[in-house]
Amino acid sequence: MTCEHVLAGFIAPGKPHILLAPEKNPNWQSMHDSFGQAREDILALKPDLLLIYSSQWPSIIGHQIQADPQPEWRLVDQDFHELGTMHYKLRMDSDFAHVYEAAAHARGLTARTVAYRGFPMDPGTIVALKLLNPHNEIPACVVSCNMYADRAETLILGKAAVDALQESGKKAVAISVTALSNRMWTEWIDPADDRIHSRKDDEWNRKFLELLREGRLEDVSQLARTFTAQANGDNKLKALWWLGAVMGQSNQFSGKIYDYQPVWGSGAALVGLTPDAALGSALEYDEDDSDFYKGDRSVLSTGNDT
Amino acid sequence: MTRGTIVSGCLAPHPPHLVYATNPIQNEPEATGSGAWKSLLDGYESLRQSLNQKDFDVLIVHTPHWKTVVGHHFLGVPHFKDLSVDPIFPNLFRYNYEMDVDVDLSEAIEAEARAEGLVTKMMRNPDFRVDYGTITSCHLSYPKWDKPIVVLSSASPYHYFSNDVGDAEMLALGRATRTAIEKTGRKAVLLASTSLSHRHFTEEPEDPEDPRFEYIYNKNQASWDAHILDLIQSGKTQQILAEMPDFIEQALSECREGGLTWLLGALGTPQYPGYLHGYGSVIGTGNAIVEWIPEEAQS
Repeated sequence: MTCEHVLAGFIAPGKPHILLAPEKNPNWQSMHDSFGQAREDILALKPDLLLIYSSQWPSIIGHQIQADPQPEWRLVDQDFHELGTMHYKLRMDSDFAHVYEAAAHARGLTARTVAYRGFPMDPGTIVALKLLNPHNEIPACVVSCNMYADRAETLILGKAAVDALQESGKKAVAISVTALSNRMWTEWIDPADDRIHSRKDDEWNRKFLELLREGRLEDVSQLARTFTAQANGDNKLKALWWLGAVMGQSNQFSGKIYDYQPVWGSGAALVGLTPDAALGSALEYDEDDSDFYKGDRSVLSTGNDT
Repeated sequence: MTRGTIVSGCLAPHPPHLVYATNPIQNEPEATGSGAWKSLLDGYESLRQSLNQKDFDVLIVHTPHWKTVVGHHFLGVPHFKDLSVDPIFPNLFRYNYEMDVDVDLSEAIEAEARAEGLVTKMMRNPDFRVDYGTITSCHLSYPKWDKPIVVLSSASPYHYFSNDVGDAEMLALGRATRTAIEKTGRKAVLLASTSLSHRHFTEEPEDPEDPRFEYIYNKNQASWDAHILDLIQSGKTQQILAEMPDFIEQALSECREGGLTWLLGALGTPQYPGYLHGYGSVIGTGNAIVEWIPEEAQS
């Protein structure tokens, strides 16, 4: 069931082109402008919090949660440094970050907050917050993408977010910053020539968007492994596993496709999902559904025997 | 102009823990001094002594923590000063750095790499933050920071195509590096900033420096590391290249980012032994500090 503390869910792309150089390609400009429509819809929901999972913030020691109330620095993209510098000064809900950390621990996860001057915020988070929350009206909370976490651990991380929302009494809009297909061009292209890297990637993206338009988030979540194998999903589409769990693992949503465009070969989709109990089909799949994390199973070794 | 040479080629891994452990003035966190990582700290001390006895102009680093998809990038700004915070271990590494870049050599390598058919790009944005892999390897190998550096990004052919394609690109990048060194008359030290086996623990002890948690992730990883070190010390680097795709897959090796292959390419796939300064584990990964001294530099 959808948690009453989650007002809506969004899938948002995070490539810097959308923020720094939309004028170089009409598709990038379209996506940039579509963020403006999504921003208005989010503001109308009056959330207390923007709760973000970013596929571009990798972690290894469990999951990290940004707890600096006002992270401020500058970021230059590792590939697209020529597009310019992203200067940022963001507003984080530090109290909620600590509640989320405790909720993750309660479900057996390794998690920690980070609050360090100069900590490198990731490009996806900055792009999404600059375009969805440019004046910092709404505080945010950002959680990382653990490189070793698979589906079960990521689902539990999403459930822990729900626990934290219930504990804090705050109402949130959940945002997964991720591409769909993420095969990028490996040579320099004229921005005017940008397109989805392959027809196969494009077809898979459109199939997912068809499902999301029908509000079938859980079906999409359970298809993520197949998508990744077939269409180069962004970081295994862990961000959709997390979003599916935060949204209550159901298909009962009203889906809105704000935009779908190529950004340097990747499939950039901006999607909104609003809970609607009257909608949604029965679940088409039935993958495992863990509630607590019990650690690595160490199938190769007991560890201390080398 | 005198023909340039590679003075030393080093495997110089970049666990930020090793910088943390020695409490340099540039790093904000304070170590506990609980005693972990002694074999690696001693290994780097040995490498530093070796490098301090050599006459060189520049350090050239291939780093896995400047990840690029669109080809191979090169720092093209003459001076950087900033704070580097490790995104994975911010509790251990928040380092105030200041460094000079040998932009002329950087551009020369970029041109040679382009001539090899590689996709390349000079990085000219002065706001760019130099990655912590570069900083860590440089600090541990040569902490004086009184010589310029050149930094090469880690491109993605291994990830986008295959390990074989990746190795072919990195050998070409190594050749380009050597040719540029020779043409510009530089005496260069090469640093391949990479671990060997690269499976991390996903938990950290309360005291990260607690030596009780210092072991390789599992026997498979440790066995692969031992095998690669044996080949290094036997001068069988051609065999390392032959086995590299398997090593990468089976030991989750960070060599998938190309550093070791680049180094072997620049050194001309040496048939003489590499000297092992030290080997040890940091948070489950296998790290070796190795130095190849080309015969032409010994004479």
